[in-house]
Parts: sequence; structure tokens; C-alpha cells
Amino acid sequence: MQATLPQPAITVTDLACRRGDRLLFRGLHFAVGPGEALHLAGPNGIGKSSLIRMLAGLLRPFAGTVTREGTIALLDERPALDPYLPLGKALDFWSRLDGAQSAHAGEISERLGLTHLLDVPVRYLSTGQTKRAALARLAGQQANTWLLDEPLNGLDRNAVATVEALVADHCAAGGTAIIASHQPFMLAELARFELERYAP
Amino acid sequence: MTGALWRIFLRDCALLVPGGRGGGSLLPLLFFLAVAMLYPFAVGPDAPLLARTGGGVVWVAALLAAILPLDRLIAPDLERGFFDQWALRGIAEEAVMAVRIVAHWLSFGPLLMLAALPAAALLGIDGSTLRTVELGLLAGTPGLAAIGVLIAALTASLRSGAALAGLLLIPLAVPILIFGAGSLSTGGESGLALTAAISLVLLAITPFAAGGAIRAARD
Repeated sequence: MQATLPQPAITVTDLACRRGDRLLFRGLHFAVGPGEALHLAGPNGIGKSSLIRMLAGLLRPFAGTVTREGTIALLDERPALDPYLPLGKALDFWSRLDGAQSAHAGEISERLGLTHLLDVPVRYLSTGQTKRAALARLAGQQANTWLLDEPLNGLDRNAVATVEALVADHCAAGGTAIIASHQPFMLAELARFELERYAP
Repeated sequence: MTGALWRIFLRDCALLVPGGRGGGSLLPLLFFLAVAMLYPFAVGPDAPLLARTGGGVVWVAALLAAILPLDRLIAPDLERGFFDQWALRGIAEEAVMAVRIVAHWLSFGPLLMLAALPAAALLGIDGSTLRTVELGLLAGTPGLAAIGVLIAALTASLRSGAALAGLLLIPLAVPILIFGAGSLSTGGESGLALTAAISLVLLAITPFAAGGAIRAARD
């Protein structure tokens, strides 16, 4: 799917995060290479989402650095799909913007069980369907690194298995995945990173 | 990146232009015409007075009509995460804002210039004044579009942003109004030139200021 990179896709050095006047974590060190997956675990409010946004480059670190290699795709609680558009058209906007092949996009939609929903406006989709639609947008981007913030929220058991398989395939193809979730994520060789240990 | 910006421009147009899928509405146009229709009822059938003040009324109506779509301009895309997704793809906020100014202008500028024709008939504005009004609108509405995008970006992450946007627009739009409507009384080209100059300054500043506002909203 994507070219294998020799160096780590994401390297974090001495990272600290402050929200308001609260220090959430500090002294964070890790590197995730091509083909690897990392599970950021920890209770609510520990700074998982903030860390994901820092890794994406959307939030400035309070201290430390994040270095990125290759392209980044982000999935968070906002689907970034136009609510009044049929799902197919809403996904089309992103696949055209990313210059992806339509065959690939169709394959992803089918895998995520979205084919029969492509004519339905995004605003009529359920929570789980919207999440799957956002995953289709993410997978269609064909980025090297996937940053997933609570990707399993609102998904039923079958969809969870599909998402896990999707991430497994992405890593098998040399991609990198960082998953922030308080739920268990089943993946062979998934490194676990307890954010709680870095709380002050 | 040019291809991506073209896609974003097409989406913006579909969002904002009347009749588009995003509920881009004719409300600014109808509002503009409503003011032109109601004004003669309010001041009475005094033809010379209407003709003398009509041009100014057209300007005030145009300015207020430009405020109406502000709450739909930036805030929904910010809430839905579009700006973050564009940033991840290396598309600069400044470029997105420049594209949006054009789309916003297309959604109301040409329509207002068209609607100024029936408005002129309702207010009894003569041909040469109408010409000055139209040229003034052509010079001034791009500036109004830029102010609109700037204010929408600044207030997008605030809770009562829409109300604040209306208040913020007024001082920023005053220079355009002074020179745009002022060109009617002097009848000169200088007022039009100054209106165009203010518009150009606003068009030059806005993408950077609005882009900075979007980035600041992320923290």
C-alpha cells in the first residue's frame, strides 16, 4: 500500500502537555516505526486525545518535540463529512482531494459495510455508521501513519473486528498506527503505552 | 496543492451559493430587496428625497445583507474537523481562507449588484447615480466579503459568535461605507478608487489574519 520507510514514522522526545494550568503528562519518550502499532492506554482525562493531536501537529507541545516521517491521517470524534451530503459524495470529496483511486475507495466502503449507505445523507447515519464512515475517509487517504482517537467508540462487535483487521492490514503493509483507546484493541504485536505513568 | 484547493473551492461554492446543497440561501438578497422596498414607505413618497438618499440606503442594505451568512461561513467546518483534516494534508489555512473569500463573494456580491437594479427603480435613483452605486458595489463588496470571512474566523470558536460577529463587522465596514456611499454625493471617481483600495487592503490581510485565528482556535 505504501512505501516502507527506514526511519521511525513518529519519534517523541521529552514531550510534555499542559492544558489550562494543569500538567497532564511530561517526560514522554517513544518511537514507532513502519509496520508497528502502539496502543495509548489510560483513564479518561489523562491526555490521550491531547497527545494524539500533538502527534498530528495540531497542538503545540508544552515541552519536547515530535518528529514525523511520511503522511499522517487522523481519526477523532469529528467525522469531517458534510452532514447534508449523501455518504458517497461526502467520501468522494476526500478521495478526490487525496487523489485516491475510486476502486480502492469502493473496496474500503465494502469492507466497512457502507456500500448500502452511500446514498444516505450523513446526518441520518447512526453513531456507529458515522464512525465507520470516518474510518473509510481515513483509510482512503492512504497515509503512512494512522492516528486513531477512540476508533472503537459506538461500534458493534462485528465492526470492531473489521476495524482491527483494517489496522492489522495497514501495519502489515508497512504502515504505522497509534491508537488511543480505553477499550481493549486486539492486534498481534500491539505495544501498549500506559500514559498514566507519565502523569506528574 | 492547487488541485486540492480547487476541490475546496468547488465545495465552498456548493455550500455558500444560493440553491446549493448546503442551504446557501437567498436570504441576503431578499433582505436587501426588503430594505429597498420598505424605505419609501417609511419616509413617504417624496421623490427628490428618495432619489437623494436612496444610494446611501442601498449601501447600508448591502452591508447588512453581507452579515447574514456569517455564522455558516467558518464555524460549521471548524466544529466538524475539516480545518484539521486540511492541515494534516499540508494545505495552509491561509490558502483555504483566500479560497473561501472568493466563494463568499460569489455567493452575494454579483447578486447584490443585480438586485441593485430593481432597488434603484423602487427608490427612484437616476441612471448616473445607479452607475456610481454599481461601480461602488463592485469595488466594495470584495472588501465586505473579506471582512465577513475575517470576523467569521475570529468568532468561530466562541459560543455566542454570531451576535458578536454582527457587532464586529460594523466598525470594520465603516471605511468602505464612507467612501462607497460618499462617492455618491461627490459623484467622483476618487471615492470609488478609495473604496477599491480599502477592499484590496482587506483582501490582502484577511487570509493571514483568518488563518491565524483558525490556528489559535486549536489551542
